[in-house]
Amino acid sequence: MNFLLEIGTEEIPHWMIPGALKQLSALDLLGAKPEIDATPRRLVVRATGVPERTPDTEDVLLGPAPSPGFSAGMAMDKATEGWIKKHKLDIQDVYIQETEKGRRWGAARRIPGKRALDIFSETLPVAIVGIQWPKTMYWTAKNGPRFIRPIRWIIALLDDQVIPFEIAGVRSGNLTRGHRQLGSSSIPVTIENYETELRRNFVILSSHERRHKIEKEAAALGAKIDSDLLETLTFITEYPTAIRGEFDPKFLELPAEVLSTVMRHHQKYFSVEAHPGQLAPNFVAVMNTSGDPEGLVKHGNERVLKARFNDARFFWDVDQQKKLIDRLDDLKKVTFHAKLGSYFEKTERMMAVVRELGGDQHAERAALLSKTDLTTEMVKEFTELQGVVGGLYARAQDEPEPVAQAIYDHYQPTSMEDDIPATREGQIVSLADKLDTLRECFRIGMIPSGSKDPFALRRAAQGVVKILVEAKLHYDFYALLTPPLTDFLLERVQHYFREIRGFKYDEVNAVLASSRGTLADVEDRLTALAEVRPTENFEPLAASFKRIRNILKQAEFEADGQIQESLLEPGPERDLYSAYQRVRAQIQGAGYHAALEGIASLRPSVDLFFDKVLVNAGDPAVRVNRLTLLSDLLTEFSTIADFSEIVTSGENK
Amino acid sequence: MDCFQETVFKLKRYWAERGAIIQEPYDLEVGAGTMCPETFLRVLGPQPYRVAYVQPSRRPADGRYGENPNRLYKHQQLQVILKPSPEDVIDQYLGSIEAIGIDLKKHDIKFEEDNWEAPTLGAWGIGWQVMLDGLEISQFTYFQQCGGFDLDLVPAELTYGLERISAFLQGVDSVYDIEWAPGVKYAQVRFADELQSSVYNFEMAQIDRLRLLFDEYEAECKRLLSLYDEKSECKKRFPVIPAYEQVLKCSHLFNLLDARGAISVTERVGMIKRVRDLAVGTAKTWVSQQS
Repeated sequence: MNFLLEIGTEEIPHWMIPGALKQLSALDLLGAKPEIDATPRRLVVRATGVPERTPDTEDVLLGPAPSPGFSAGMAMDKATEGWIKKHKLDIQDVYIQETEKGRRWGAARRIPGKRALDIFSETLPVAIVGIQWPKTMYWTAKNGPRFIRPIRWIIALLDDQVIPFEIAGVRSGNLTRGHRQLGSSSIPVTIENYETELRRNFVILSSHERRHKIEKEAAALGAKIDSDLLETLTFITEYPTAIRGEFDPKFLELPAEVLSTVMRHHQKYFSVEAHPGQLAPNFVAVMNTSGDPEGLVKHGNERVLKARFNDARFFWDVDQQKKLIDRLDDLKKVTFHAKLGSYFEKTERMMAVVRELGGDQHAERAALLSKTDLTTEMVKEFTELQGVVGGLYARAQDEPEPVAQAIYDHYQPTSMEDDIPATREGQIVSLADKLDTLRECFRIGMIPSGSKDPFALRRAAQGVVKILVEAKLHYDFYALLTPPLTDFLLERVQHYFREIRGFKYDEVNAVLASSRGTLADVEDRLTALAEVRPTENFEPLAASFKRIRNILKQAEFEADGQIQESLLEPGPERDLYSAYQRVRAQIQGAGYHAALEGIASLRPSVDLFFDKVLVNAGDPAVRVNRLTLLSDLLTEFSTIADFSEIVTSGENK
Repeated sequence: MDCFQETVFKLKRYWAERGAIIQEPYDLEVGAGTMCPETFLRVLGPQPYRVAYVQPSRRPADGRYGENPNRLYKHQQLQVILKPSPEDVIDQYLGSIEAIGIDLKKHDIKFEEDNWEAPTLGAWGIGWQVMLDGLEISQFTYFQQCGGFDLDLVPAELTYGLERISAFLQGVDSVYDIEWAPGVKYAQVRFADELQSSVYNFEMAQIDRLRLLFDEYEAECKRLLSLYDEKSECKKRFPVIPAYEQVLKCSHLFNLLDARGAISVTERVGMIKRVRDLAVGTAKTWVSQQS
């Protein structure tokens, strides 16, 4: 059978729709595969090949135990007769069963399957209300159902039959609604004509088609396509149409960052470039309607943009009347955090961290001015431009270029995909900013737990890690931190190397478990480890190292003496010792890759040693000597990575 | 083309025809129509209510001496409360936009997520900003909580930015060029107020006196609330509305001090909490008095 579910709502926030669809794609349709789609006003699930009913099943109804010595032909006891009567069983169907609890009377029963229609009318309302949203509301009355926005209509069809149910007073049926302005508000549909009827009423159900329509039309109008904005527009429109507008070229005097932010973030317009890197005095807006024959929408959008740009120019002019350096005192009135004081205090702390990191005078100056743009009209209006505005103003106010650039970049990276600051000064100021936030929040016990991370400390920590690694900064990672912040950052280090860089988790563990130092060094060691790992000797050697560690642990052995060469037995033991000495000399000053290859070459000697030599020798002196040899081997060759952390094949985690 | 007051008449008429009481503006300083007792107190409790009113709303920090074409110290909001919200509330809202002469078939309307929260009122709601050809013309909110209470009936609050809508309808770039009445511009009616209030708010308001007034109004509100007895037979006589008026005074004084740049970091959080405590206290008293 064919299936159609349309949950008709008021406009759902665009960014939540994909998440809801993902949940609906797991809807249980008795084996049929849900096909999902959505507009801001409807979440839709369709399927073909839904079984009409679930198959009949059989089970066995157990009754009392047969009386001792019962055999065929004997009369049944009272209890059994009562049981047969009670369940209206046919005597023919009753037989003796062997069960875990001994012999029992049993009867095979046929349980008829259920109609899909009946199942769905029970499961659908639960599944719909069960969709998880970032924030929900109630709209009927207190204790009423919760959803992202009010549900106003529901279509639930199985072939031509309505699956009956009700949510928040809305009964399922076969009536949909078209586009708010252009369509009808009551359209009877069948599963077959559903999508066509929507289209006739100016609703393009397919988000794929809407996305494509926007992209094609906007590109034809010269838009620079921005994929995030494209996604947003796809889910705030039911019938998208792109139009192009103009603005006065005199606004091109404003920084491109400001113009783009106004257009993209505030007005959801695509910008247009005259040539790469140079904005044209145009924009592309995407309407939720079919056309603009009289140019009213174009005109309206142009007026709004003009007012916005005028504001921006006004802010720019007003802001220039007070230099960044003269705004320091104003930072005393801008709260960083109730318990951590103002941005003025944060600035002072950042300066100290810059000095701790050995930043030069430009870095220090940049840190001093870094937060002053928070007091400007431009940033009050366009908060997402914090830092950028400070950098632009610093440049306009003739601060040295490295200072301006460092201020401009110092919020970067804002995500794992974002670039780190371009200059060393910018990297140091960004580190100082984030380290200060992390240290201070941890100091007052504001430590993220689970999904609670109101100050975005994970993102700050991730930024620290990304900068330290990618800028190859030579700070001792561990010296910058104190517990429990160290562990918090280490989690981000692991996350970074695993999720972003694609190293295996055991490789990351192995490198972090060995020597400490800079993250740039961790990266180098990891790279070498990942390269050498697939070679034939490596994993078996890693397995042997694990064995060595266990032997030492069981023996509770702490090496405190030299290896006595005289005690070494000729053969595998002496061979291992010479291999150890040879490799040690060989890797002296070698790169990590060569060193790891050298270590891996120990494998045959180690294997042979374990094959032929008994560590627990009868003579205690020999035993200690052998343990010392193993211990030296382990410590000497575990500075790049702790091989015992490597999960070898045949081993699970 | 309609003048400003004509647009207001039409909106009021439209909502009156849909069962709303047409109230007059509240006669105290408020930052938004939401703060008037007609919204703040009426949304509490199980009594259905429909009301519409224009509320001049004062935001001292937004004053620009009458020089900015889009920003005002005191702007006019049309506030509509529909409690409980009808099933076709969005259609009714769109009908009001058509009623003031905007043919929606020729324009682009979008509902963009915008949830509302007023920390000083212990209130929040879920909703949208309504965009007309890229211009935010209204705020649409389903109230969820007010004065710290989950609401029994969920009201829809529609707030129209009257200056923006009129400027749109009249095709003018500055609010001061809006025709208020035939032959009379917005500037003639309101410019002096904008200029003088900006001067007062930013330059001449006496900080110490504002603080003193804040303390006095707060004390008066607290005094009143402490006298309420829910078991008293004459609890209906208790002046909870006057108590709430002290809260409005405090809220406005806080905004003035803020615009004056007189509130320090640590003080700010504390003052917001002081106002919220009063607002929550009056809401609680109101609910008890209604039961």
